[in-house]
Amino acid sequence: MAEMRSRPGGPPLHRFPGGLELPDNKAMATTTAIRTAPLPRELVVPLAQHIGDAAKSIAKIGQRVLRGEVIAQPEDAISVPVHSPTSGIVTAIEDRLIPHPSGLTARCVVIEPDGKDDAVEPQPLRDWKNAAPVEIRDHIRAAGIVGLGGAAFPTWVKLDARAPIERLILNGAECEPYISCDDMLMRERANDIVSGALIMLHALQAERCQLAIEDNKPEAEAALRDALATVDDERLELITVPSVYPEGGERQLIQVLTGQEVPHDGLPLDIGVICHNVATAAAVHRAAIHGETLISRVVTVTGRGVTQPANVEARIGTSFHDLIEFCGGYAEDVARLIMGGPMMGFAVSSDDIPLIKATNCILAGSATEAVPARVTLPCIRCGECAQVCPATLLPQTLYAFTRARDFEKVQAYDVFDCIECGCCDLVCPSQIPLVSHFRFAKTEIRGKEMERSKADLARQRFEFRQSRLQREADAQEGKRRRKQETLEKLKSSDSKKNEIQAALERARKKKEKQ
Amino acid sequence: MLSAVLVIALLALAFGLLLGFAAVKFRVEGDPVVERIDALLPQTQCGQCGFPGCRPYAEAIANNEADINQCPPGGEDGMRALAELLDRDPKPIGAEFGEEKTKMLAIIDEETCIGCTLCIQACPVDAILGAAKQMHTVIESECTGCELCIAPCPVDCIAMVPPRTTVESWKWPEPETFHSLNEREAHG
Repeated sequence: MAEMRSRPGGPPLHRFPGGLELPDNKAMATTTAIRTAPLPRELVVPLAQHIGDAAKSIAKIGQRVLRGEVIAQPEDAISVPVHSPTSGIVTAIEDRLIPHPSGLTARCVVIEPDGKDDAVEPQPLRDWKNAAPVEIRDHIRAAGIVGLGGAAFPTWVKLDARAPIERLILNGAECEPYISCDDMLMRERANDIVSGALIMLHALQAERCQLAIEDNKPEAEAALRDALATVDDERLELITVPSVYPEGGERQLIQVLTGQEVPHDGLPLDIGVICHNVATAAAVHRAAIHGETLISRVVTVTGRGVTQPANVEARIGTSFHDLIEFCGGYAEDVARLIMGGPMMGFAVSSDDIPLIKATNCILAGSATEAVPARVTLPCIRCGECAQVCPATLLPQTLYAFTRARDFEKVQAYDVFDCIECGCCDLVCPSQIPLVSHFRFAKTEIRGKEMERSKADLARQRFEFRQSRLQREADAQEGKRRRKQETLEKLKSSDSKKNEIQAALERARKKKEKQ
Repeated sequence: MLSAVLVIALLALAFGLLLGFAAVKFRVEGDPVVERIDALLPQTQCGQCGFPGCRPYAEAIANNEADINQCPPGGEDGMRALAELLDRDPKPIGAEFGEEKTKMLAIIDEETCIGCTLCIQACPVDAILGAAKQMHTVIESECTGCELCIAPCPVDCIAMVPPRTTVESWKWPEPETFHSLNEREAHG
């Protein structure tokens, strides 16, 4: 499987199984520099923007908050705080539409900016070189940093190396078509990324760092090369990898660079590797050096359904609608709106949803770009899907078991290893939406697991109640028996006589003493 | 002759010791069949099967005192799981035990509640909170939807509502696909 692909002068590279070469469509948004979106009239900040439990709101309605002020605190171990993106008044803490495939609402803090953009006192960690790794981790946690590649996993958790780390990989592959926010960030803020890499290296106590970038981004590569030349640290290395989708997937990129596969039930940590996104490294730099919390991000607003595609730096909580307006509004033939890229993103039904930490792309597809309503045909078992699957799964088998609702089998065939890259969908001659079926299967299985854990809780509570009722009944019975015994004792004349005798005895003794 | 008797006697002693040791070392607490049946039951503790809770029903099944088709909340899937575990033939849920329906949660109309505590006493999983002459409320995450609180309520203030779908509990819908071209054409 590990077909070697070396590059003149570079280290040998490996190949991950499957994958596709896709037209990248990135150029339309990279003609202008990163633009800064103005403060909107209203910011809607969801409390659950990361993987893990939602943070708990600590803001009060009517309270004035400052930029960078904590408005929600994490309650669970795998969580991060949420900060106010600007200064203003908290007008509501309520359920609002969030960017989620369900189109449902979730708890958000709504802030009306006052336009002053006053910030809390920044608390940088300038002397990070002498700081303990745990100190850096806590600092990054307090800054609310999560993986900015799209998965939004709390970054500090992935800086907590329980095993020795051989290398840190910074992922600048950005393989998905249309998305170019990391590309632009690498072009314009290469120094921030390199600085962030050094801080992460220190936090992980890792030996070296590889910055991986796909060969379709020559400008970004040049900028990074310059930045690396400035710091001149031999632990950092820039590696250009050939563009194959989905190379930006964590496991795929690790396989390309190390030739090793991350165990399917394990973590990259198990093979001594940690992988972070380049934008996350830039955020780490800003948190450590400038004391800035994660309150904005660069997002690609693109597609032929938007007039002026661009990469925009916007505050978290800015609505998709405002961002589209900022990019010249919708084109006439806009057909659908997607959060994320065309391959792994999901369609949203409204643009009245906020930008969150995980939003790397807002894609407005035109009628010509949008996939026409697919006419699905029966599976002909051609096996194309298995050829392109980067996780070496058997999509057609998984599909057959999903159709049969045999979820045990679906799980046994490792549906949870599916990264939902969409390669199988794309090559299927019967146009079966395979990934949609697998997503369905995954949530069905999770739903069943949730039901089971709820049943376990109910069993526990039922058994506890039974034992409590038993205990109460026993106590009642014991009390009744004791009462009866005392009564019987009192009733029996013997005991009475004895008592009288005893009293007489006591009286006599008293007299004798006198 | 003597050696044969000795060998047999020694063997008997050795195996006896081995069995005795195994009986102590690998002792199984309780009845594993009951545990395994109980693990498949939905734990609503609703009593629709005619037994006071899921565990008593599991015991009854294990003792051949009850059939596997008496649990409407477990539904068809639950019955099939039981059939597989016990190697019996699947059979439809008996109509006399009630019908399989989607899971609901109890909700108390707090305006109407008089605080009589009857529902609290009826709840098999202690999911209702309240005290005498104080308003009662259902702890949503603990309610199993058994409906046992409905009958005792003297003012009919408990209703069953479908659970809310949240971002966490939401499920992807199954895409519409067809097994054959004929099926698709029939669908229009």
